[in-house]
Amino acid sequence: MARNKEAVVLVIDVGPSMHSVLPEVEKVCSLLIQKKLIFSRYDEVGFVLFGTSDTKNELTEEVGGYEHVTVLRNIKVVDEDLVDALQNLPRGSVPGDFLDAIIVGMDMLIKKFGQTNKGKKRLCLITNAATPIKDPFEGTKEDQVNTIATQMTAQGMKMDCVIVRMKQDWETNRRVMEENDFLMSVFLNKSSSKVVYVESPTSLLGALRTRNISPVTIYRGDFDISTQLKIKVWVYKKTSEEKFPTLKKYSDKAPPTDKFATHEIKVDYEYKSIEDPNKVVPPEERIKGFRYGPQVVPISPAELEAVKFKPEKSVKLLGFTDASNIMRHYYLKDVNIFIAEPGNKKAILALSALARAMKDMNKVAIVRCVWRQGQGNVVVGVLTPNVSDNDNTPDSFYFNNLPFAEDVREFQFPSFSNLPSSMQPNEKQQDAADKLVQMLDLAPPGKQEVLPPDFTPNPVLERYYRYLDLKSKHPDAAVPPLDETLQKITEPDVELLSRNKSILEEFRRSFELKDNPKLKKSTRRIMKERPSGSDEEREEFDKDAHAKAIDSIEYSSKTNVEKIGDVNPVKDFEEMMSRRDDPKWINKAIRDMKNRIFDLVENSCEGDTFPKALQCLVALRKGCILEQEPKQFNDFLCHLCKFCQEKDLRSFCEYLTSHEITLITKTEAPDSGIPEHESRSFMVKPELDSQNVKSEAKAENDIMSIYLGGK
Amino acid sequence: MELDPDEVFRDDEDDPESEFFKERDASKELLVYLVDASPKMFSTTCHTDDEMNATHFQVAINSIAQSLRTQIINRSYDEVSICFFDTREKKNLQDLSGVYVFNVPEREDLDRPTARLIKEFDRIEERFDKEIGSKYGIVPGSRENSLYNALWVAQALLRKGSAKTADKRILLLTNEDDPFGNLKGVIKVDMMRTTLQRAKDAQDLGIAIELLPLSRPDDEFNVSLFYADLLGLEGDDLAQFKAMVGERFEDLKDQLRKRMYKKRRVRRLRFVIFNGLSIELNTYALIRPTNPGTITWLESTTNLPLKTERSFICADTAAIIQEPPKRFQSYKNETVMFSVDELSEVKRVSTGHLRLLGFKPLSCLKDYHNLKPATFVFPSDEEVIGSTCLFVALHRSMLRLKRFAVAFYGNSSHPQLVALVAQDEIMTPSGQVEPPGMHLIYLPYSDDIRHVEELHTDPNSVPHATDDQIKKASTLVRRIDLKDFSVCQFANPALQRHYAVLQALALDEDEMPEIKDETLPDEEGMARPGIVKAMEEFKLSAYGENYEEDDQKVDGKAEPSRKRKANAMKEYANYDWSDLADNGKLKDLTVVELKYYLAAHNVPVAGKKEALISRILTHMGK
Repeated sequence: MARNKEAVVLVIDVGPSMHSVLPEVEKVCSLLIQKKLIFSRYDEVGFVLFGTSDTKNELTEEVGGYEHVTVLRNIKVVDEDLVDALQNLPRGSVPGDFLDAIIVGMDMLIKKFGQTNKGKKRLCLITNAATPIKDPFEGTKEDQVNTIATQMTAQGMKMDCVIVRMKQDWETNRRVMEENDFLMSVFLNKSSSKVVYVESPTSLLGALRTRNISPVTIYRGDFDISTQLKIKVWVYKKTSEEKFPTLKKYSDKAPPTDKFATHEIKVDYEYKSIEDPNKVVPPEERIKGFRYGPQVVPISPAELEAVKFKPEKSVKLLGFTDASNIMRHYYLKDVNIFIAEPGNKKAILALSALARAMKDMNKVAIVRCVWRQGQGNVVVGVLTPNVSDNDNTPDSFYFNNLPFAEDVREFQFPSFSNLPSSMQPNEKQQDAADKLVQMLDLAPPGKQEVLPPDFTPNPVLERYYRYLDLKSKHPDAAVPPLDETLQKITEPDVELLSRNKSILEEFRRSFELKDNPKLKKSTRRIMKERPSGSDEEREEFDKDAHAKAIDSIEYSSKTNVEKIGDVNPVKDFEEMMSRRDDPKWINKAIRDMKNRIFDLVENSCEGDTFPKALQCLVALRKGCILEQEPKQFNDFLCHLCKFCQEKDLRSFCEYLTSHEITLITKTEAPDSGIPEHESRSFMVKPELDSQNVKSEAKAENDIMSIYLGGK
Repeated sequence: MELDPDEVFRDDEDDPESEFFKERDASKELLVYLVDASPKMFSTTCHTDDEMNATHFQVAINSIAQSLRTQIINRSYDEVSICFFDTREKKNLQDLSGVYVFNVPEREDLDRPTARLIKEFDRIEERFDKEIGSKYGIVPGSRENSLYNALWVAQALLRKGSAKTADKRILLLTNEDDPFGNLKGVIKVDMMRTTLQRAKDAQDLGIAIELLPLSRPDDEFNVSLFYADLLGLEGDDLAQFKAMVGERFEDLKDQLRKRMYKKRRVRRLRFVIFNGLSIELNTYALIRPTNPGTITWLESTTNLPLKTERSFICADTAAIIQEPPKRFQSYKNETVMFSVDELSEVKRVSTGHLRLLGFKPLSCLKDYHNLKPATFVFPSDEEVIGSTCLFVALHRSMLRLKRFAVAFYGNSSHPQLVALVAQDEIMTPSGQVEPPGMHLIYLPYSDDIRHVEELHTDPNSVPHATDDQIKKASTLVRRIDLKDFSVCQFANPALQRHYAVLQALALDEDEMPEIKDETLPDEEGMARPGIVKAMEEFKLSAYGENYEEDDQKVDGKAEPSRKRKANAMKEYANYDWSDLADNGKLKDLTVVELKYYLAAHNVPVAGKKEALISRILTHMGK
């Protein structure tokens, strides 16, 4: 049996005021069960509803009272049916009494386990605590809660309370809720309870810990402040990524009749000699090699052991420094937490004193850690104080790894203040940005922070487990779209955006963004990379592109053309050809134009780009005659036709013929070797370049030399 | 080929980490250092950190040596060549005078750095005068043009490899801002023209030429004289370059070393501010843990690398199969199958861009909201003009209002919530310490956060420090203050050791180098009377008079262990231990029985049976 087996009783409020959030409650509870089915098969779960019209529990039979509390399931090992049951919670009709329900849940745990299993019994209460609890027969409500909390501690039970508080709730029952919140705080102070308040369905999904991972210390021992003063600490992981589950590879080789087939696949590695690929080298004939530049340096295990860096297990203080010296982005990995050894009062005090002093002075501690004996490296990190604000929890430190000198790349970037003025925001733009940063606020005062990491579930995992359950029922089901609650994590809140519509509009107007017209289409990556090709987005994109195209025309007219864009290539070409500041522009213009024409022809869809390509070709022809570069054009035209024939774009050749495009003839440019009657020869002999050369050479022998000279 | 044994057993298909930590460099870098070796480089000195007066030549070669060392660890696939010009001797394929290509055996002129290159280059200074020599290459009355020759040689070296797959760079280190200054008339004009043409030809071939000018505070390097034309600097670029050169840096060497780095973009991102408005960002990995590199398995007899072959074997039938198309998870006693496409669809919860969700005050970003190294983002106008302006505006607002942006990064393998924290530029006399831009910090989800503190809660309330104790602690904190602590001041001792050993082995040296562990606390400093006194006072305040005794006693735990010990003492008396040990009969006892002895003598009771027996024997002195 699993060592960390736990028993949970889910206590869920299904009263009328809860109906709106019950879909999320169903999801989070069924996820809890699903994860138990996968990761902790032997955990036990019980299941109590309150606010139901019916009453069904043992206490009401034994002592009476406890109405509207229904035990849907007694505590037993998790099973498949439970997931379905939780996905279809009945809607109750009566405002529930959470205290009654807690007592029923406790009673179930006591009856099942008695005094055993201390610390592994848990109650999970989900309610909005918006309705008053009944007055007790004697004493006050507070006394009653006190008694229950004491009992809970004595029995070694823990309680997680998730209190759902959507904002409209406050308006109706402020007094009741304040009273209930007070009672909850009694639980918090008098027992091992945790109370969290959530204000959005998304947070509700993240508020309940769905997977029970028992924390393991990574270090227990001395924290050496100096050689004379050592504080006993335990170090745990504070954050550790819950990875996407590793799925096994499926083998379909086992016969379908084999009921015990595992369908698993083993991966086998063989190391083979390079000289003789058939020879498998056994492990004892292998030696580890490390790369050093192009060399691979072999090191035997014995050598490695002899030269390895072997620091002693320890945690040592190097000193304190101003918190501002350690920038947030230097935190390197997941986070650990340093807590004083439990029960060691003096150590708790010493750590608490340090934490509070450091917090007051805004200091952090730099420490050097070797967590385990035999660990081959040391870790340098920073301790930041985590001062607890309640009496039950000891003060502690967060530990973050810091980089070594080798881990940092000191790239230099231009100062923003040195940027050209076109890249500096003006006053109006700065003002628009200020407003945006202020108003797109995810942590408005008086309200709960939106998407706090502590309450935000991983949308991918949520989606995976739901899909898993769906697939277990319908093996062919497609991946359902991301549901609305989870979309709140991946996309901006529509309500927040619409509330700040005018600010967004002003911001949009203040900044002018346009595509860089100098960039060739083929190198334009970002805009092409659109993994989700939703229609809506494509539309938006098209609009963008259109707007940008207009921008780019404006832009190109302003500057010296250095590249032929795809918006107005003919104009660009002509401008570039007429640039007289450097003869290189002519060659570049011709070269770029050729590329542009190729792009146009190649990217055509049923000839839609042909007219534009033709325009370009005409312009190029004209330019080549003007600059007396007939060969450039003639070669290109032949090449283009050949290309079209190969690429099944014959229609373009026909298109050209029908528009009377010809080679540049001798009459047009003396350098051309093409006599008048052969000006259409590119159509007739569209084979290889060399053959073209030959056929022309036959017609006029002296051209040969020009061609050879040119190549 | 290269398989880390630990890597082998990891899931091969979706390990986002490996992709994340690998910088995406499809292209390698080919780099030629062109170092001016003219007498002027030797006669000009400047102030550096370690030596009071180093010549410019020394500064140049020291920075190159340092950068070679970094390169062999971090980017050993890049190829490099070191080429001096204005030299007495010549050594280059073109046999041009005044140019000397430095190299070591078993290495092409432009090749990956080797242990030997590093070692010999470290000794270049002592050998330089004898083997290479320094001599002005451009003198009146001669048509020799050493700068032209140098550019030609560098360009010829860089002919290797296609411009598409390799970044080609020439880094020119010189302190002469007017190389043709001592010439006159037509010759000067002509030589300048041909040199500029040479540089332009190289640039047309896709070779970037960068200038690292060495200047003295009193004698500014004037880029406009010649080099602006050579580099093709105009307008804003020129102004920016001048501004950079003009800054007076205390440590020239440090500055050179930093500029030698080629900034490598990891990827280009689209940052969607809101629908229809998005800017272009480049991401850079400024901080990534460096590890000792991958292991290559070699055949021990020949030291030749081994080829690794992976095969999939069906566990049921032992048939060898191709890469299977389906994955499965056991769930509800069933096998639920997924195709690879379905799994990637599940992970695709957003477009591949960075989407702004909103802003929060910096206090919302807690110290435990961290999972992996941050990524630096800097705007780019390469594709979308106006990106930089918008970014700068947001950057300034965020700094001023002390807010960070929350965004969703919909990367296909690992979609995550991220915090974008604006970082203002920090300049010190020795240069830029923190570049301006934003750091993208990967936030954990609730699934990733553990509530460890709850384990340690105690309904009976735990003690918190009193004001006096806090005061004493404050004094201590003030005493042990690391004033100039900078985050990356320590070299990683494990890594240093590893590479020092590799270098020694690669060069067949017998002696293993000693590496100093800089991360150990400063014992001497801690022993200063002021600190010791503060320490004692704090100890007294938190622990009371008897620190030594109390240290061992732990409430709650003490009770059961004492009981256990009492039991052990009782049982212990039932055995004749020394007799058992002498006759080798200890092994016949059970582990529980052996532990009676150990517990009774306060010896650790952990371990396997053999360990327990040997511990008992040791304790008996046998």
